[in-house]
Amino acid sequence: MSETLTAGGTRKLQIWRGDLTSGELVDYELETEPGMVVLDAVLEVQRSQAPDLAVRWNCKAAKCGSCSAEINGKPRLMCKTRLDHLPAEEPITVEPMRAFPLIRDLVTDVSWNYRVNEQITPFTPRENLREGIDVKDGDFLIDQADTDRMSEFRKCIECFMCQDVCHILRDHRMHNRYYGPRFMIRMASLDMHPLDGVDRLDQVADEGGIGLCNITKCCTEVCPENIHITDNAIIPMKERVVDQRHDPFLKILGRTPNKGRVKPPARSSTPEL
Amino acid sequence: MAGSIEHHDYDVLVLGSGGSGLRAAIAAAEAGARTGLVCKSLLGKAHTVMAEGGLAASLGNVAPEDSWSTHFQDTMFGGKYLNNWRMAELHAREAPDRARELEHWGAVFDRTPDRRMSQRAFGGHTYKRLVHIGDRTGLEMIRTLQDRTVHSDVDVFMETTITRLIKDGERVVGCFGYRRQTGEQISFSARALILATGGSGRIYKITSNSQDCTGDGYALAYEAGAEMVDMEFVQFHPTGMVYPPGVAGLLVTEAVRGEGGILRNALGERFMEKYDPKRMELSTRDVVARSIYTEVKEGRGTPHGGAYLDVSHLDSDYVRRKLPSMYDQFLELAGVDITREPMQVGPTCHYFMGGIKVDADTGQTRVPGLFATGEASGGMNGANRLGGNSLGDLLVFGRRAGIGAAEAAGRSDAVSLPAEEIAAAQAEVDHFLNGPGTENPFHMHRELQTIMGDGVGIFRDKEGLSTAIAKLETLQDRVGNLKAPSNRLDYNPGWQLCREVHNMLTVSLMIARAALMREESRGGHSRLDHTGYSDYWGEHNIVIHRESGHDMALTPTPVVKREELSELIEARKEAEKAA
Ligand SMILES: Cc1cc2nc3c(=O)[nH]c(=O)nc-3n(C[C@H](O)[C@H](O)[C@H](O)COP(=O)(O)OP(=O)(O)OC[C@H]3O[C@@H](n4cnc5c(N)ncnc54)[C@H](O)[C@@H]3O)c2cc1C
Ligand code: SF4
Ligand code: SF4
Ligand code: FES
Repeated sequence: MSETLTAGGTRKLQIWRGDLTSGELVDYELETEPGMVVLDAVLEVQRSQAPDLAVRWNCKAAKCGSCSAEINGKPRLMCKTRLDHLPAEEPITVEPMRAFPLIRDLVTDVSWNYRVNEQITPFTPRENLREGIDVKDGDFLIDQADTDRMSEFRKCIECFMCQDVCHILRDHRMHNRYYGPRFMIRMASLDMHPLDGVDRLDQVADEGGIGLCNITKCCTEVCPENIHITDNAIIPMKERVVDQRHDPFLKILGRTPNKGRVKPPARSSTPEL
Repeated sequence: MAGSIEHHDYDVLVLGSGGSGLRAAIAAAEAGARTGLVCKSLLGKAHTVMAEGGLAASLGNVAPEDSWSTHFQDTMFGGKYLNNWRMAELHAREAPDRARELEHWGAVFDRTPDRRMSQRAFGGHTYKRLVHIGDRTGLEMIRTLQDRTVHSDVDVFMETTITRLIKDGERVVGCFGYRRQTGEQISFSARALILATGGSGRIYKITSNSQDCTGDGYALAYEAGAEMVDMEFVQFHPTGMVYPPGVAGLLVTEAVRGEGGILRNALGERFMEKYDPKRMELSTRDVVARSIYTEVKEGRGTPHGGAYLDVSHLDSDYVRRKLPSMYDQFLELAGVDITREPMQVGPTCHYFMGGIKVDADTGQTRVPGLFATGEASGGMNGANRLGGNSLGDLLVFGRRAGIGAAEAAGRSDAVSLPAEEIAAAQAEVDHFLNGPGTENPFHMHRELQTIMGDGVGIFRDKEGLSTAIAKLETLQDRVGNLKAPSNRLDYNPGWQLCREVHNMLTVSLMIARAALMREESRGGHSRLDHTGYSDYWGEHNIVIHRESGHDMALTPTPVVKREELSELIEARKEAEKAA
């Protein structure tokens, strides 16, 4: 068996403690068990040394996307990061995400993401069905290949770590101009649904602000679900926006990407952080 | 404590944003009720998000012979005939429509070659019946319902914990709690209130359940005068991770066996041949869990105390496509590549068959104004739940409770919260924060888990149960003395845990006492000192309620049957005998 029987042993943790007004990294030391993840260590600190340590978690199975933090400077899920995969010599630093306002310690206010999501017109079945895009006995008829393509984006657990690293949000704080990579893939998955009847490409470009993305791929690197955010969602959507809006030939031929889909109702502007 | 607190008024208020709570809120809003929804976690993060294998519905896309009546029979057989017949019937009849509806709301499921929803095999289901997408069906369901909810007229209160239901005389009129982020108190008045608060897996140390699952709804309903049913039936899922210790209990989906995974003991024997040669790995969960437990107990366990579960004989691309999160989970957390080597697995606390007793058609409890649905309610699954029957249950009965509550609200006059009830609720949370207590909730939680693991696990007997009950009763003497180790208001985990420990203790006592009373082995309940079925208990559910003096009363109550379904039941029993 290749199971790594790594001994636990004593490990040092530096956890960020504080609120919006002030804060600092605080040292903790604890005995660890084999196979422990960072969340185990943080909860053990909470149980035995710092009972008021604020940390958000729920599933402890890398499925709910609650426990995002910056571990040794990199956004990761605390419940999916094994202590013994981090360098043993140095203390492990655990800090909150920086792209969102802090509540306390490791917990941030991610409500902006929910406000963005509310702006996106939900799935709406197409009116004009045709050969290949059809419903039978109440079942949608969809290819497995389409399902696989959509599924890549629908795997998203909304950990918001891609939002955290995207420099447009993190450094330039342009929350009121760019929806961020999470919602680019959300709109891509809706756009790819063969039976969806809404044309969201204007929204992708205008309120969504896809033009601001300069394809640095930082988002893709941190995604715990290994979603190819940039290559499979953002780049193709940028192309579709161009085709839809600016390609005169496609317009003349009546072949713009979202032909047959209806425009969504009027929208308000991109939410402020 | 004086001063006014944040207050909201709704026709229908739903507690819980798992599949059942979201579906209930959508239905209530659609029926025209002013609807609110409250949850402890963030939206989209509820326990349901973890569901993996699929949603059971007799669509017949893969097996055209399938029908609601076979699904009904499978559910009843799986539940060892203790199920509420009407609930099992409604579920089997309505699950297909609910699955299609989900697809029409934008959910994306795996396909058949003729481009319809695909269905996979699962333990105890006669036909391939589970609608699924890879091994993340719960996520798909949550995202779809979440989206539908936020675009319906539903107000959502995230990270808000409810600590008490508020009654006015005999009826429930609202609830009280606080916002976790700030500690600010909040009250709700509601003409109808739906508990969709899920299960209570956190009473065991080894569990697949999320942090939210602390049995709050069970305790709140019980305290408000509702009846509970079937609490002794706790489902231990046969396959949880056993190693490394940090992840022990984490679920290994039944889809692994559905897709062809094989169980072996340390000697390499395919031991299910001994326990259920007909269904083998796809026997019902209670049987597989007991089989693994017995193999380990008798010395044929793996190095880490489990059984081997192997998919390495299957095509590795297929495994990665059909079971992507399992592949990831083992590689990442245990360093095991499941396409090449076997997993080690053992039983983990997974699901509560029991729950709040409700009217099958509307989700109404016996307390006016109070409804329940999803894992929080009981009856549908009897003594053992079949995999995939929970997700269907959430949709079918979530919708029904939403409609039922909206109708009840429509018939109701406006309600208001009695001031003294609010004051009592305030005093309770304040006591946990600023009272003279000395008990640490983190420590008491561990004690509780140890007691339950030792005495009220997979196999039970009179002695172990009696000891556990005695120990739980001493915890009960101490629970009023709980105090959060810190008195901060904002995001204080110890404060939150105080009331949760109180709730978990109430639930644990229900389970242990009912388990002691049921002197037989059936489904999820196995007594070493009463190994066979009892005719009497085969016709009775145990119903629990709180007496006026606050004592817990347990009453054996005849199973709720339905004449017109008898033929189906008898046919199934005959077929089983013949086999
Ligand atoms: C790993 C795993 C895999 C599973 N796979 C399957 C499967 O393939 N098929 C299947 O059918 N079933 C499966 N199940 C079972 C199924 O997921 C659950 O039974 C189901 O999700 C329960 O849903 P629910 O709506 O009842 O409650 P939950 O999803 O548990 O939600 C409960 C909600 O109530 C809220 N809440 C609780 N207490 C309070 C309070 N005091 N105040 C405010 N809010 C509160 C919580 O915050 C949460 O939002 C699986 C379970 C697990 C753990
Ligand atoms: S690729 Fe675009 S979305 Fe992703 S991090 Fe870079 S700028 Fe942001
Ligand atoms: S796309 Fe990936 S990184 Fe971004 S929120 Fe979803 S899961 Fe997290
Ligand atoms: S706790 Fe759910 S992803 Fe970590």
